[in-house]
Amino acid sequence: MRLVLNSEKGAVNTTLDQLKPGQKAEILHIDGVDGIASRLREMGFVRGELVKFLRTAPFGGPVKCAIHGSRIAVRGGEAQRISVQLLG
Amino acid sequence: MTSISNAGIGSTRVALVGNPNTGKSTLFNALAGLSVRTGNYPGVTIEKKIGRCFIPGACVIDLVDLPGTYSLAPRSPDELVAVEVLTDKANREPPVELIICVVNALMLQRNLFLVSQLLELGKPVIVVLNMMDSARSRGVMVDVEKLSESLGVPVVPTSATKREGLDLLRTEIAELLNDSSKKTQRVHILPEAFYDTRDQFRQAIQNKLNDSPESLAANQDSKTKIHGELQDYLNEDYFVERMLLDRGGASELRLVETLGNFGKELLGQWRDTLANRVGDATDMECNARYDWAKQKLSGIVLGGADSGDSLTDRIDSVLTHRIWGMISFILIMFFVFQSIYTVASWPMDQIDAATGYLSELVINQMGPGMLRSLITDGVIAGVGGVLIFLPQIALLFLFLAVLEDCGYIARASFLVDRLMSLFGLSGKSFLPMMSSFACAIPGVMATRVIENRRDRFATIMVAPLMSCSARLPVYLLLISAFIPDDGLLGGWLSLPALVLMSMYAVGVLVAIPVSLILKWTILRGETAPFVLELPEYKVPAARVVLTRVWEASLAFVLRAGTLIFAATILIWFAGYWPGDHTRELEIERSLESAQLTEQESETATQELRAIKTDLLERSLLGKMGHTIEPVVAPLGWDWKIGVGAIASFPAREVIIATLGTIYSLDGDEDEEGLIGAIRSSTHPDGTPVYTVPVALSIMVFFALCAQCVSTLIVIQKETNSWSWPVLSFSYMTILAYLAAMLTFQIGTRFF
Repeated sequence: MRLVLNSEKGAVNTTLDQLKPGQKAEILHIDGVDGIASRLREMGFVRGELVKFLRTAPFGGPVKCAIHGSRIAVRGGEAQRISVQLLG
Repeated sequence: MTSISNAGIGSTRVALVGNPNTGKSTLFNALAGLSVRTGNYPGVTIEKKIGRCFIPGACVIDLVDLPGTYSLAPRSPDELVAVEVLTDKANREPPVELIICVVNALMLQRNLFLVSQLLELGKPVIVVLNMMDSARSRGVMVDVEKLSESLGVPVVPTSATKREGLDLLRTEIAELLNDSSKKTQRVHILPEAFYDTRDQFRQAIQNKLNDSPESLAANQDSKTKIHGELQDYLNEDYFVERMLLDRGGASELRLVETLGNFGKELLGQWRDTLANRVGDATDMECNARYDWAKQKLSGIVLGGADSGDSLTDRIDSVLTHRIWGMISFILIMFFVFQSIYTVASWPMDQIDAATGYLSELVINQMGPGMLRSLITDGVIAGVGGVLIFLPQIALLFLFLAVLEDCGYIARASFLVDRLMSLFGLSGKSFLPMMSSFACAIPGVMATRVIENRRDRFATIMVAPLMSCSARLPVYLLLISAFIPDDGLLGGWLSLPALVLMSMYAVGVLVAIPVSLILKWTILRGETAPFVLELPEYKVPAARVVLTRVWEASLAFVLRAGTLIFAATILIWFAGYWPGDHTRELEIERSLESAQLTEQESETATQELRAIKTDLLERSLLGKMGHTIEPVVAPLGWDWKIGVGAIASFPAREVIIATLGTIYSLDGDEDEEGLIGAIRSSTHPDGTPVYTVPVALSIMVFFALCAQCVSTLIVIQKETNSWSWPVLSFSYMTILAYLAAMLTFQIGTRFF
């Protein structure tokens, strides 16, 4: 499942949890077919959407990001399943 | 469709759905007013909330408020109910004639995901474009007419908090209900190949059902019923679609339950076929729906650039900061709990005074006797003892409702999620656990915000371990009687305070393994995704907040009050009967007639105490106490403490009143008198009953036991089953007993 095709030159492919506050990225895909993956997709983490990393909670807690004009917090483990392409 | 004529009698069902944070509750309250009835759907734990609204020119409608959801892909029996209600498959629920979907004008694209699923159900839909005021102030313009045209359903712009657009909504409801020709067509949003696969898949199941009903997994008796249920599902396109789309979902479960392994194989086979035709199913579905939403919205929403530095983001940069966020969090929690204790103390004193006054009134009006004892010792003392917590509960709910409605609770969950994962739980369990330090009843009720069933039940099971305000009087009594007021760490910390803190810590520390064990055993399953939306901050709506406080207070008084009332009467009876109370009454009468000299009155009082003790020993309660004495002996307790523990089954603080009665005091005497009595209490051989280990053992017992009928009743209501309160009571009692024994046995080695 974890095959990320990097067609564009110089584009950095990573996962959502690896971003730094303020960075923007485009969503590529989500790993897995379980309930968590479906929930993330329903919440708008679908291919082509823009996501902005906002911050991490204390003690290595969830990460907060902006997507579809709303602020969503997901746990690190879940953020790791969201492959993104770093923008700018 | 229902016509006006029969709608007046049975009233028409209209369902209200929407994403969380769309202002759905505000709209529901605005439409339904105070006519709201709540209950449970059979067999599940979601709340059934129905409000009656009068629609001018049409009829009376029953508005069903379904839980906020992002999607109609049921993954648990609880989520399934919402879909069953919408598709008229729910047990004994009247059919839904119209669906109102509330969408947030600021997040239209994501909200249209749910709308796209609703349009597939083939029922009339009205889209309520809520939060138009905040959209306007953010410069977001939505072309309502174009949107309505593009979606093919009526779109009504509203601002529920300002009560704008409600009349228009009512008119639209009336129009749709009166005109059956407006029935919406089932919209096909996914690729046509998907719908073809669905039909072929359904045919395959249907063939199996028709050809060989003996292949059903169930036994002969229930076959017909299960067969019928599956047939019902097959007739609804949406359920067949969900079977194919949701791996491990609730509709898949229904199929596998009925057809067993055959169903599983069949499903696997058709999912493969589907994947070959359209690619991964969930990916395909979500992408198709978002593409659809994007296309429907093109040219309709204008303005509203990146909300990078809105007011919410500026507030969040402090309140969710890893350092400032934690500090403000602690300050806010401290403020809430401090206020609950300080602000509530005045009304609590008033309730206390009122019950005292009432029982005085009864004593003055009635001669001594069984009825008077029942009214004062049983009814007034019992019900008053419960009502006294009403101010704290109302205040707690006031704070919680304000914090939740303004958007802070979501931030608190975000901040403490990591901490709560120690319990195997998520940040969403934080609020119920914190509330339980005031009282487990609102705590258990607050678990409704946790949508994952396993997390919710684990939280319900451990929330009563948090030391509530009813344990505090027990701790305070025993600490002030037996723990010397020594200073520790150069006077910075007093020994009594340390003991008190340890009692609070015991509950929290025990809750960790209990919750983990539950999550590894009976509540094992797929980890709940922690996907939490942090809504815009807003000024809390007074209506929503006050409704919440009113509902919670009423529920507390009705649910707990009636039961405590009954239980107190039982305890009173067990302590009163059997026994000859004539001599007791004679003395009470002569004491009250006030014809005695001081000397005589002293002797009479002493005799009265002796008689009361004797009567108690002979009573049912006393006999029970002696029977259980061997059981409580390893805890260092005598029969009186044992009786106290049994008598306090309805509520922990009852032990103080019971011990008061037992130590020949009448309940009205102050705690100093009781402290003196328990300090000087001796075993028949003259050794003191209470030592430091005994006091600690009692405190540990009360920290961990489930001596609170109201909590158990609320657990029953919230879980919709008796097995959970039974489990709760058994594990907590066993744990409390063992821990108290351990405390006493280890304690006696040191003191």
